[in-house]
Amino acid sequence: MTDRGPQKNDPIRAARQAQRLKKRYRKERRFRAFGMSAVLLATGILAFLMTSIVYTSIPAFTHHNLTLDVTIIAEEVDILRDDQGLVTNVDANWLGFVRTALRDSFPEVTSRRDKRDLYKLLSIGAPDAVRDAVQADPNLIGQTIQVRLPLSDDIDLVMKGLIDRNLPETDRLVSDRELAWLDKFIAEQRVSENFAIQLFANGDSREPEMAGLKGALMGSLLTMLVTLLISFPLGVLAAVYLQEMAPKNRLTQIIEVNINNLAAVPSIVFGLLGLAVFISFFQLPRSAPLVGGMVLALMTLPTIIIATRASLASVPPSIRQAAMGVGASRLQVIMHHVLPLAMPGILTGTIIGLAQAAGETAPLLMIGMMAFIVDTPTDVTSKATVLPAQIYMWANNPERAFVARTSAGIVVLLSFLLLVNGLAIYFRKRFEKRW
Amino acid sequence: MSSQEENIKIRTSGVTVHYGAAQALHGIDLDIRANEVTALIGPSGCGKSTFLRCINRMNDVIEDCHFGGKIEIDGEDIYSGEIDVVELRARVGMVFQKPNPFPKSIYDNVAYGPRIHGLASSKDELDHMVETSLRRAGLWQEVHDRLHTSGSGLSGGQQQRLCIARTIAVDPNVVLMDEPCSALDPIATAIIEELIEELRSQYTIVIVTHSMQQAARVSQRTAYFHLGHLVEHGDTDRIFTNPANKQTEAYISGKIG
Repeated sequence: MTDRGPQKNDPIRAARQAQRLKKRYRKERRFRAFGMSAVLLATGILAFLMTSIVYTSIPAFTHHNLTLDVTIIAEEVDILRDDQGLVTNVDANWLGFVRTALRDSFPEVTSRRDKRDLYKLLSIGAPDAVRDAVQADPNLIGQTIQVRLPLSDDIDLVMKGLIDRNLPETDRLVSDRELAWLDKFIAEQRVSENFAIQLFANGDSREPEMAGLKGALMGSLLTMLVTLLISFPLGVLAAVYLQEMAPKNRLTQIIEVNINNLAAVPSIVFGLLGLAVFISFFQLPRSAPLVGGMVLALMTLPTIIIATRASLASVPPSIRQAAMGVGASRLQVIMHHVLPLAMPGILTGTIIGLAQAAGETAPLLMIGMMAFIVDTPTDVTSKATVLPAQIYMWANNPERAFVARTSAGIVVLLSFLLLVNGLAIYFRKRFEKRW
Repeated sequence: MSSQEENIKIRTSGVTVHYGAAQALHGIDLDIRANEVTALIGPSGCGKSTFLRCINRMNDVIEDCHFGGKIEIDGEDIYSGEIDVVELRARVGMVFQKPNPFPKSIYDNVAYGPRIHGLASSKDELDHMVETSLRRAGLWQEVHDRLHTSGSGLSGGQQQRLCIARTIAVDPNVVLMDEPCSALDPIATAIIEELIEELRSQYTIVIVTHSMQQAARVSQRTAYFHLGHLVEHGDTDRIFTNPANKQTEAYISGKIG
């Protein structure tokens, strides 16, 4: 018995053991350090990326406005009324009113060229602000009102410090004279910084201060809706049939392999398919969320099918047996037990697929959704673009102010995806059951 | 013997099962009597579970599983084309090795069978069925005040009794049990065994077990399987005291298996 137990008294053996133990601890510490640095590196890069995007985007969320006294000359306003005598529309040379107000602020500006420069202080959206004010309250006609008018993008950048006043005039987008006019307005406390509601209330525009994401957001939403309505039922049905009902033969094997391969097809190919089939052959409208959603649904299908099959397969066989044992039919086993238990996984897969589709641009390129579209789409057949396409188009614009807009677009897209993923986690927790 | 002839509930003749190319059962002829407990014993892989699963056609869903021979319940060939598998499984209930309650409430677990078969015409009737089944399974006293809590919150033994209640709720006349106590402790096992003894009066019970003692305790008839063959079958008392076959004797006395 004694020679079989560990010989605690043997000093050489004890030393060897101690050494081995030390080595094992060292190894473990080293591994832990590597793992931690990998995590740090990954989160560091991500944090850097996010910080730089968010930091660049901040200026886009505010805009500087100029409060001017604009006189609405009653004789120059056309008022349209309906049968009850209520004002339905007002029409006038709003631009003229704004220009008059600007000229009145600087009587010394007289030459045509100088006046043109003076007008450039304000955004081309300024007349619309006046119209909106009058439309909202027709009683203002004939009065001199204080209206908050958006400054032009370059002047706004000066206010935000993104255009350096100390540069020589030739290197600067804004002339000394414009700065002088601006300084006078600042001294009169007429310039204020406000939340840039345009970013969310407007569609696209060539003028950065007027460009907004409303159209793209709506377009993305409509496209995703179409994608969800097509890919979720189709994907789940296909997966349930393949996983639970289809006979295992050569044909279903070929289908399976092809579905898995479909997930790896470059997305632009789906765009080409959409162009050839949906638009050229079926004559569906170009640039429409309907076609975009259909193309993205094709792209999302394999993801949903694979995720659904995986979560169906992970439902324990004991549950199926239990249901079959009390005489549930195949369909009842699936509908009452397997599908509800697989639901969290199915939803997660679907939402991941949709999130992927929401960030996709390449297939939409082919079907005309990468386009300058000012109007907000109202239904799935109206012309529209989507968030990632909008971001790409803004990034290509030369105006300095689009730099911040582009980042703001990315922030909005990321928040959208974050929201969607949050929803996925919520549903997962909600539907999760233990067995 | 003629009175016993009439008492035969399940008659199997020449039952063979292949899993792909491998043959799992070689021509099993076994008659199972009504209102008795028949124990199927034998070493692992001897085909006793496969045989059990033939009786309610649970093997149908296994790919590449081929059945041959004939099984009659009450004189009716259950593998003939006229038999509806779903209806058959309602008549031949099954309790599994591992307790497998649905991830639903205790009430819903028991009510599931009657619901899908439309056995109850009103809520009261369904309530009554649930209560009767739980009482018969000896679980009512323990769970009557928490019927709407999850079935998976019960202990292992309680879960298995819940599964038995679920099975008898659809009022089968045969109950198949596939090692129902293998995942339970001795106390829970004793309760289940008592329950089996009580259920015998109303159901025909076929039980697969790895425990010789259990087979001896609960069954009236015993069948010994080895490598897909039915080696010996007969009254439990005789099998355990005076087996005719050497293999049976070796297995029962613990020399093989």
